[in-house]
Amino acid sequence: MSDRKNDSTTDVSVHSLANLDLETHEKPYLDSNELVINMGPQHPATHGVLRVILKLDGEKVLGTECIIGYLHRGVEKIGENRTYAMFNPYVDRMDYCAAVSNGLGYCEAVEKLMNVEAPPRAQYIRVILTELQRIASHQLWLGTHALDIGAMTPLFYTFRDREEILKIFERYCGARLTTHAFRIGGCQYETYAGFEKDVKNFLTFFAPKVDEYEALLTTNRIWLERTKNVGVISGADCIALGVTGPVLRASGVKWDLRKAQPYANYSKFDFEIPIGTNGDTYDRYLVRMAEMRQSLRIVEQAVNGIPEGPIMGKVPKVIKPPVGEIYHSIEAPKGELGYFIVSDGSTQPYRLRVRPPSFVNLQALDLMVRGALVADVVAVIGTIDIVLGEVDR
Amino acid sequence: MPWTSPMVEKYRSQYGSGLDPLTYLGQNYLAVDRSLIPDILRLLRDEEQFDYCVDITAAHYPKREKQFDVIWILYSFPRNERVRVKTQIADGASIPSSVAIWPTANWLEREVYDMFGIKFDGHPDLKRILLPDGWKGHPLRKDYGILQQDQEWVQINLGIESGQ
Repeated sequence: MSDRKNDSTTDVSVHSLANLDLETHEKPYLDSNELVINMGPQHPATHGVLRVILKLDGEKVLGTECIIGYLHRGVEKIGENRTYAMFNPYVDRMDYCAAVSNGLGYCEAVEKLMNVEAPPRAQYIRVILTELQRIASHQLWLGTHALDIGAMTPLFYTFRDREEILKIFERYCGARLTTHAFRIGGCQYETYAGFEKDVKNFLTFFAPKVDEYEALLTTNRIWLERTKNVGVISGADCIALGVTGPVLRASGVKWDLRKAQPYANYSKFDFEIPIGTNGDTYDRYLVRMAEMRQSLRIVEQAVNGIPEGPIMGKVPKVIKPPVGEIYHSIEAPKGELGYFIVSDGSTQPYRLRVRPPSFVNLQALDLMVRGALVADVVAVIGTIDIVLGEVDR
Repeated sequence: MPWTSPMVEKYRSQYGSGLDPLTYLGQNYLAVDRSLIPDILRLLRDEEQFDYCVDITAAHYPKREKQFDVIWILYSFPRNERVRVKTQIADGASIPSSVAIWPTANWLEREVYDMFGIKFDGHPDLKRILLPDGWKGHPLRKDYGILQQDQEWVQINLGIESGQ
């Protein structure tokens, strides 16, 4: 704290934060115009146990440091000590708001490593459930993000409608959140009687609901004031920081793994990649709203084109991929979710690495809130859409 | 299986045996000598447009003389192409940081350090990221058991006998 005068520019290194100790500061506390405060780990707006150390000049943020790891369970270590099939349910517990997407990425990675493919019917079921999950994840994001900023009503709307998706999951596989819906090689369960009708009902039910959310927020004066030009990040910065998903697209980079390197059978469906221009919180909101509509389009095409046939590929009872390694990634609701698996030919992965979108995206928080107000930090944490279960693994 | 492409041929003639281009299941990777890091990474970004560092990770092979594989997973937006770079280092050896090449490497390298104890030279703030600062041991090493914990840390900081 002795070089306090030099620190009073916005160009403060975050890394000097740890050395700040107000206790040992020889001058009276009020004399200082910089303040270091803790946000979290127990804070409703951090969406879990995230601790952010904020360095403030009045209301202005000079720098941040994220302290993470409170929810670390050692998922990668567990993966190395379980068989491929046993590890499948664990991936649901990373991004627990989008368990189906996690499962899809993992199953596809192991399938690629074993060089098998899920049959067409299983692919369609996977796409329907994954896109429903994307909608559910965006709904949860919208409700909590709006609540953080002070708009309480959208939360009730989104949770009411998300329930319909969770009901479909529950009828399909018995679970609502940590679904374990897919298996390596295809799907465990055939669709229940009335599955297609439920999905089609949801499509007609949900299309006007997105408009309803938009009616609440898109032109709302308070919403605009709180989100426009808040947490701006450029496309180039996103790429340099490895930020993916809606955050990247809102900054004007038209990149979606479903189009760039199609997995499952996404190449069969017609949909657009919504992008923004300003890279601010408002654009990220618009991008996610548009993505919900695009997901509806995909689900509609998939549920109308779902073929008959087997749902499980030719996978041996004991999964033993040949020696080798694979990296496979999917476009999860939050960004690029990748699995890097090294096989030594045994029943357990030799090394299993998860590339979590939330973890990498959270790193951009510091850049996005520098120079902003304290209240904007809450908005920016919400707009990055992190899930701490995935950040900490 | 060897991987051949004009890009690879160019680097092969430049670096010779220090670089081994391979492909498996349609995914390309370069097994490179430790001495080529970070030059090859910088070249890949500056000249081959691999502008997005997807992930940095490692794997532990305790029986090998050079115990660790460090792996960079790269992607190029202009080329829509992925490549992995892999190198082997010994236990206790360090490796140049790539934070100056891709800022995203900051947290990714911290995680590798946290989990494997691999040091990155020139990293601006190399410290643990997921585990607490005072923790002893690096859990993703193969000699670290799945039930193993830093009991001392748990007893002092959590006030319980054992975390198990």
